[in-house]
Amino acid sequence: MTLPSATLLAQAVLSGVFIGALYGLLGLGLSLSWGMLRQINLAHFALAFLGAYLTHHLTSVAHWDPLATLLLIVPGFFAFGALLHWVFARFAITPFNSLLVTFGLTVIIESAIQWIWTADPRMLDSAYGHVKFKLGALYVPLPELLTLAFATTLSTATWAALRFTDLGRAMRAAAEDAPTAAAFGVDERRLSLLLSGVSAAFAGVAGLCLALSFTLAPSQVYAWIGVVFAAVMIGGLGNPLGPLVAGIVIGVSESLTMAITAPAWAPLVSFSLLIAVLLARAEKI
Amino acid sequence: MATLHFPARAAIAGVGIALAAVPLLKLPAFYESFLYLVFHWIVLATSWNILSGYSGYFSFGHGAFFGVGMYTTATLAGQFGMPFLWTLPVAALVAAAFGIGIGAVVFRVGRLRGELFALITLAVTFVVATVVLNTPLDGGQGVNLGGVRLPSIMASPSSTLYVLALALALLTVWIAYEIFHARLGTGLFAIHDDEDVAEVLGVPTFRYKLAALGVSCALAGVAGAIQAMFVSYVTVGETFSIIVPLNVVLMSVLGGTRHWLGPAVGATVITGLLYAFTAGEYAVAGRAAVGLILVVVILFLPDGVLGRFVRSARSRAGKSARAADPPLPASPPAPVASRPAAPGTATRESDAPGDLLLEVRGVAKSFRGVRALDGVDIDVRRGEILGLVGPNGSGKSTLINVVSGHYRSDGGRIAFDGRDLTGAPAHRIAHAGIARTYQIPRPFAHLSVLDNVVLPAMFGRDLLGRGEAEREALIWLEFTGLATKADDLPDALNLHQRKFLELARALASRPQLLLLDEVLSGLTPSEIDGAIHTIRAIRDRGATIVFVEHVMRAVMELTDRIVVLDQGRVIAEGAPADVMGRTEVVTAYLGRPHA
Repeated sequence: MTLPSATLLAQAVLSGVFIGALYGLLGLGLSLSWGMLRQINLAHFALAFLGAYLTHHLTSVAHWDPLATLLLIVPGFFAFGALLHWVFARFAITPFNSLLVTFGLTVIIESAIQWIWTADPRMLDSAYGHVKFKLGALYVPLPELLTLAFATTLSTATWAALRFTDLGRAMRAAAEDAPTAAAFGVDERRLSLLLSGVSAAFAGVAGLCLALSFTLAPSQVYAWIGVVFAAVMIGGLGNPLGPLVAGIVIGVSESLTMAITAPAWAPLVSFSLLIAVLLARAEKI
Repeated sequence: MATLHFPARAAIAGVGIALAAVPLLKLPAFYESFLYLVFHWIVLATSWNILSGYSGYFSFGHGAFFGVGMYTTATLAGQFGMPFLWTLPVAALVAAAFGIGIGAVVFRVGRLRGELFALITLAVTFVVATVVLNTPLDGGQGVNLGGVRLPSIMASPSSTLYVLALALALLTVWIAYEIFHARLGTGLFAIHDDEDVAEVLGVPTFRYKLAALGVSCALAGVAGAIQAMFVSYVTVGETFSIIVPLNVVLMSVLGGTRHWLGPAVGATVITGLLYAFTAGEYAVAGRAAVGLILVVVILFLPDGVLGRFVRSARSRAGKSARAADPPLPASPPAPVASRPAAPGTATRESDAPGDLLLEVRGVAKSFRGVRALDGVDIDVRRGEILGLVGPNGSGKSTLINVVSGHYRSDGGRIAFDGRDLTGAPAHRIAHAGIARTYQIPRPFAHLSVLDNVVLPAMFGRDLLGRGEAEREALIWLEFTGLATKADDLPDALNLHQRKFLELARALASRPQLLLLDEVLSGLTPSEIDGAIHTIRAIRDRGATIVFVEHVMRAVMELTDRIVVLDQGRVIAEGAPADVMGRTEVVTAYLGRPHA
């Protein structure tokens, strides 16, 4: 085994940061709904892929600008997320059963995607895909840069909103102890619907980023689950900055693994990290 | 319940014989391969349920154990030429060893339950898949088993696989049935509802979970070994997919995870459904239908089809069976006197009162720097009622928790009946003869009131069999006035009755020492009178009791001796009337007078 050159390693670190940003973006909504609503939304991944396919469709068939698809996807997904939480609240679903229900939902959405868009892999050919910046010896593709920008902006904005606004404080209070918060006049049910809607909308944004940089296939829905869950748990549930930071750590260690050994070994890093985190931090989750 | 054993076992055998004759009918190959798939999923779902359904540790890692079995056979038969049948027991052993290895690590982490356990087992699946893919076990190409010879048990290879899968399915359902009715099953269902309480009542939880996981993995491993020959071309993508955990969870939840036959029913239904959709484009619709069923079942039928049916049926059966029984003697002390005296339930006179039963020396316990117990010495003599009093936060409940093994002490020594129990796991302390009640009752929510009391009788000092334990439990339900509630779920009880259920549970383990943690708090004055009467009845048969209580009237009436705790230390000890008048005790309760 020979060690690759410094440029190659630097490029690997950079692509690790980019993929980590996508982990963080995917993990953001998951972490919020798990940490603050006690709802483990496996369907988050299927939603992201649904968003990615919608972006793909609107861009390649209806010739929209990829970013413009957000105008449709964000409100649509917000409504879906709110509806999902309404159903969960209506049936008083426990955290574990939310995992099962959203597992079923994932399968339904994945089948629908395959039904509409077939199982053939497809790649979006957009104007963004061809733009690359050069940073010294390193290449910085625009789609990846957009992903990083979305991930940092949304994570920081969510963090700031939860920390500095009255709405955010009310949300944190409701997450901590819903009955007590309700006794002090916090409308816990409306806030939960809002939070669930926002989480789903974040999945839509992550979907856009997926469509810009990755080949889409229905079976890919399951490929992201382990690594994103690892990022969410390492980052700490309900902490909006956690998934991004942890995602980048995982992304970099993965791409270094790929650069040094074979690409097929990469899943080992994320899943071993997830197992280690679960064993070490189970008391705190 | 014992009378049900024969028909169920006979039914399993009968169904097996009938299905074994199917290959002789020379039906089109379609039927054999369809039934093979049904058996295959029955094995996977039922084996999954033995750990996950019974104990509530939902695993998403069944695909890993199944895959380990599959690749064991693929490697041994495909690459090393071992005869296929020989690889079956090896696959079982390898899968079981793998599962137990994981369990030995994971089950030590106390809070790794529910969704966290599901995720960690899912992660294990992907780790195994990556390792297999990148090592010569698979090498990324898959393993072709086309050259491996099947033993000619039946005329054709497909009939042979059919018969093997059938035999394994019968074996699996039979094992699930036996575990369900055995001590192991009772313990697992208690773990499902409240693992800490199960351990304190004497269930060796760690060992039981490992045993269930081992059996579950071994069966899944053999299913994988047979499946390797059925598909004859083994790939990582197909083996370690999300399909296995998805289907087994779905089948078991649909059929009912709290019944031994539930997963088999669910497996049959879902396999039929998937098969109906197999052709071409409909496969996608079939998957979507499975997803939809999972959603609908969780929302509307959380107990599963069989679960719901069985619950109502059992409640009816229990009531009528008990109505047919001869009425038990009713007044409290009578049943105790009429039953054969077990060790430790001997009356006062025959025991030498005063010898040391429990010896607590210098026991300390801190929570994040707060010293809840700070070097506590307490002696409990055989046959006495020791009152343990002190203001809130003085360490009374912590002491109970340490003595019963719920918490591990940070220092000091605990000896009971001449044996050292310092740091022993809670179930060993229960076997030694210490029972406790919880201040806030913690009944097993999904077990009937009767089964709540049967459990400690089965796992207490005398490890009674199921039938004997039921008789013992009925005595104590009668004693605490709960006999009419025997078939209800604990939900149906009010606080007063729940406190008495705690008491019945503790007594059914036939303890030498009973730790009562505020059994009277929250009761009305008339309920307290009844409770004092009951505790006196327990005392009259010579039990040794440590009585933690704030209701001073009861303390003064019942106790022989009092120990006063304050801020984790013993500040006074002696006869009740004498101790409660001392200035340091009054100060501890009321504070120092402002001079």
